[in-house]
Amino acid sequence: MRAATPLAVDGLRKSYAGNEVVAGLSFAVPPGTCFGLLGPNGAGKTTTLRCCLGLTAPDAGDIRLAGLPVPREADAARRRVGVVAQTDNLDPDFTVAENLLVYGRYFGLSKAEIGARIPELLDFAGLAGKADARVPSLSGGMKRRLTLARALVNDPDIVFLDEPTTGLDPQARHLIWERLKALLARGKTIVLTTHFMDEAERLCSRLMVIDHGRAVAEGAPRELIRREIEPAVVEVFAEFGEAPPVPEWARLHDNLAERLEIVGETAFFYCRDAAPLLAALAGAPGLAYAHRAANLEDVFLKLTGRELRD
Amino acid sequence: MARPYSLALPRPSRLWLPVWQRNALVWRKLAWTSILGNLADPLIYMLGLGYGLGALLPAVDGVPYILFLAAGTVCASTMNTATFEALYSAFSRMHVQKTWEAILNTPARLDDVLFGELMWAATKSLLSGVAILLVLLALGLISSPLALWVLPVILLTGLTFAALGLIVNALAPSYDFFMYYFTLVVTPMLLLSGVFFPTAQLPPALQAVSGSLPLAHAVALVRPLLQGELPAAPGTHLLALLATAAAAFWTATILTRRRLLR
Repeated sequence: MRAATPLAVDGLRKSYAGNEVVAGLSFAVPPGTCFGLLGPNGAGKTTTLRCCLGLTAPDAGDIRLAGLPVPREADAARRRVGVVAQTDNLDPDFTVAENLLVYGRYFGLSKAEIGARIPELLDFAGLAGKADARVPSLSGGMKRRLTLARALVNDPDIVFLDEPTTGLDPQARHLIWERLKALLARGKTIVLTTHFMDEAERLCSRLMVIDHGRAVAEGAPRELIRREIEPAVVEVFAEFGEAPPVPEWARLHDNLAERLEIVGETAFFYCRDAAPLLAALAGAPGLAYAHRAANLEDVFLKLTGRELRD
Repeated sequence: MARPYSLALPRPSRLWLPVWQRNALVWRKLAWTSILGNLADPLIYMLGLGYGLGALLPAVDGVPYILFLAAGTVCASTMNTATFEALYSAFSRMHVQKTWEAILNTPARLDDVLFGELMWAATKSLLSGVAILLVLLALGLISSPLALWVLPVILLTGLTFAALGLIVNALAPSYDFFMYYFTLVVTPMLLLSGVFFPTAQLPPALQAVSGSLPLAHAVALVRPLLQGELPAAPGTHLLALLATAAAAFWTATILTRRRLLR
């Protein structure tokens, strides 16, 4: 079982009412790695996860989870899996420890088996001493960590996380990231969906950007940045109080960059060499700019566009 | 695993039990409030109407009105308890708290969740039924050990109304939807099933309807048993309740699969 690929998806398709939400996705997650599914809202991330867990039957494609065919043997496969869902679904009527106990029983574990694991799980989640606290009294970050601890109650090989840090403050996010890295160090496999690019960049050894149910790019984060986009970005905007026409200025200078994007009153220049553009900016009063290295968010926006997805 | 859209019969595994245990643990925390709630309301009605209205009435079907009403109260309260649990409580767990969603991420399946909910709602109606029987015993309204046979009837009645409630739960967009079920189904059933007065008082057309209502079958079993007599044609009534429970649970399972596993 250890040697088997934790998750392999081949040619996955799923439509709702004639609308193809997942349109032929294939990917494989090697053991002990973190795989990221990135995409704007409605790209098909959650549907893909639901198919992988056997919670919805795909229209086409093969899925093997923990070496087992899904959805046919999904129940058995889920014994090896932990899930942190997007929305908080802890039991508000229970204490922290009761949440773990009740959840462990769904895996067929006995009260004694779960009870023996609770201190370690609470410790891991930074909730030691909170065993008897009631869920509504926990902060958002604590609730997320409890959800993570709950997903580990069956000592899974594979952990699915659907947007695990949405709505958390920076301290809480960093703590979750650090815990996820600890899981990777223990040899767990992680499958993560997110639309936070810094999260993907930090955690994922490999990721796939999907849009409209299709893969638009796949690779290691650094590799994607190298392959998909110019290395330097210069954001040009008007200085406070000044109102020079940024878009006009940008269009006149678009020969100084490989690619130019204008979003409202801000111009994004994507360059191999930013020096000539910076020189031009030095002689342009009233314009301010930020010069930085291209990051995953630039790749993401390039691949999936800037229009809003609701 | 059966295809989620399938019309397959419900096939719960042993993992329905932890679902039942979860609900039981929540109940234990609020047990006294819950028992009081499930007990006080029907008892107030029974005592108020039974002794108040009963004083104005001659014997009804050959017994004092309070005794007549006691059987109706047991059945109506069973129906209410199971219905509330399968509507409001189950809906909270399914739709609001997303408890079911969390469970479905484990090896437990939707069939287990639904069967656990069914059994739990029936258990709760059994608990409230036992509480009412104890009060009846204390009031001296029970004299025959035959009354013990009321317990399995309560359980079966609870299963039937829990299963019916789970159908409504599967279709509900919000809590408001349940009002239709109460207004169009529960309340008419309450008045047509011989809870408050003998169905012989109904016009013939309504009597025919009454004969096929699950609550009427329950009343037909419970009333003689509480009065120390064997019910007439118990097989017919038991089978009717059992068939309704099974068909309703199957329907609820199909509809809930359609709602949650799409």
